[in-house]
Amino acid sequence: MNGKVHGYGGKMTLGERLYLGEIFRGLGITIRHVIRNLLHTGDLPTVQYPEERRAYSERFRGRHRLMKREDGTPRCVACMMCSTACPADCIHIVAEEHPDPAIEKAPASFEIDLLRCVYCGLCEEACPCDAIRMDTGIYDLAADSREKFWVDKDFLLNNTTDGTR
Amino acid sequence: MTDLVLTTFLKMAFILAVILGLVPVLIWAERKGSAFIQDRTGPNRAGIAGIRLAGLIHPIADVLKLLFKEDVRPAGVHRVLYALAPFLVFFVSLLTYAVIPFGDYLEVGGRRIPLVVADLDVGILYVLAIASLGTYGIVMGGWASNNKYTFLGAVRSTSQMISYEISMGLALMGLLLVSQSLRLTDVVAGQGVLLWGFLPRWGVVIQPLGAILFMTAAFAETNRNPFDLPEGESELVSGYHLEYSSMKFALFFMAEYTNLVVASALIATLYFGGWNIPWLPRAVIEARAGVLLPLLLAAHVAICALAAALYLRRASRERGRFGDGRDREPGLMAGVCVLLGLAGLAALALRPWEIGPAGASLLATALQVGAFVGKVVFFCWFFIWVRWTLPRFRYDQLMHLGWKVMLPLALANLVLTAVVVALV
Repeated sequence: MNGKVHGYGGKMTLGERLYLGEIFRGLGITIRHVIRNLLHTGDLPTVQYPEERRAYSERFRGRHRLMKREDGTPRCVACMMCSTACPADCIHIVAEEHPDPAIEKAPASFEIDLLRCVYCGLCEEACPCDAIRMDTGIYDLAADSREKFWVDKDFLLNNTTDGTR
Repeated sequence: MTDLVLTTFLKMAFILAVILGLVPVLIWAERKGSAFIQDRTGPNRAGIAGIRLAGLIHPIADVLKLLFKEDVRPAGVHRVLYALAPFLVFFVSLLTYAVIPFGDYLEVGGRRIPLVVADLDVGILYVLAIASLGTYGIVMGGWASNNKYTFLGAVRSTSQMISYEISMGLALMGLLLVSQSLRLTDVVAGQGVLLWGFLPRWGVVIQPLGAILFMTAAFAETNRNPFDLPEGESELVSGYHLEYSSMKFALFFMAEYTNLVVASALIATLYFGGWNIPWLPRAVIEARAGVLLPLLLAAHVAICALAAALYLRRASRERGRFGDGRDREPGLMAGVCVLLGLAGLAALALRPWEIGPAGASLLATALQVGAFVGKVVFFCWFFIWVRWTLPRFRYDQLMHLGWKVMLPLALANLVLTAVVVALV
């Protein structure tokens, strides 16, 4: 739009103060939108959400996942760095001894309250062994009870990037 | 006598069917039209076995939802008035329609049935009297709800109605001076002739200022944007019907759209020739029925073919797009269009224009009723179109326009018309 913009202080011309011409000009603008959108329904910017999804950036912070070692056990060493860094206090870890003497600790339980999480990503940054990541790209969090948003270690270990859990 | 009762009931049933049938279509047009004006998609989800009809199924879903919703009555309401208000609003909005002619006459077995329910000789006075009764429902609902927002909405509605009813009545008086009759059938019949041999003698042609004033007042009377201060979502939540739920709310909602249909019908009747088709009077239709009917049927077939082709193109383009019943829709619609076109072809093959004068009369009536319905639908769309174009007035601007602009203009229009009518 490169039309002249009238500020509040500007004086309206007689034609503008008669309103009718301006009303019909406005009606012309809106009907042009209707006709264009009727003829080119496919060009509407609306994303038909469940069928079509916007492509998000790779840096998008979605639902968390826990990484595994090659033998399938969690990479996490229960150092509590993430739960300490967490500003929302939503990570709850109970540590236990790792069977391998070379590794000090392992998580007995690793739980996240997804309703408290603010998706800031500080846990990712705090983690010394790249055990927690938020790169799943899952953003459609829905459940029918609060309890289902309290996710445990098994859930997080099987939360994969393609969104299939 | 029994004939009169029977035909009157049939006419009432026809009007009720058309108005109540238009309401869901208008709700759909409002949602879809506003969406397209704002570059959105609008409703396109609800469907029966994948048939969505571009969102036309949504009103059914709306009605089902409203029917099964809990009917909440807040504490402290005036029970009788609270329950009565939505019924009154809806009833009154339908009542106005009694005097509006939707066609000239229908010839059955040599008898001519006028296509108007009650041909009152004070028709316009009746319209003005009944139309203002609708405010009582709004005031009752707003006051009985025991809520300050609904009360404010009701107060606004009253003041708005008083301010604009005067200009409305005065604008109409100019038209009455020209048509020399209060009877709406006379007003419409008077618009069927040509002015200077080429211009239809419509109310809007001989009373342009009156037409603009009447239409503006009609917007105010129906509480539609830019005059929807009684609803004023931004400041009154939703105004007079805030405390209503379930079917009581639905009645208010439907009343808004029946009001819209009635206002459109009034505008079409008073200022846009009613059932008259410009440059095509009844005598010409009856004489040329043998040309008109084949042309109309051919046009029907052509439109059906075009629609079927468009649907087929869409079906091939969007094959398997959704992966469920919705993929079948374009193909099915193409089939329906083909069937309708074939029906038109069959009608052409039967050569219905050889029926004779009775058939010609029927065709003329059908075309005139069609013209009237077409005009009404156009003005309904106009109401919706304006709503999504203009912003709402501020309260002082509303009063300024009503009292300081429209009232003097309506008076000037009346005086000018009176002088011209007296001189000519």
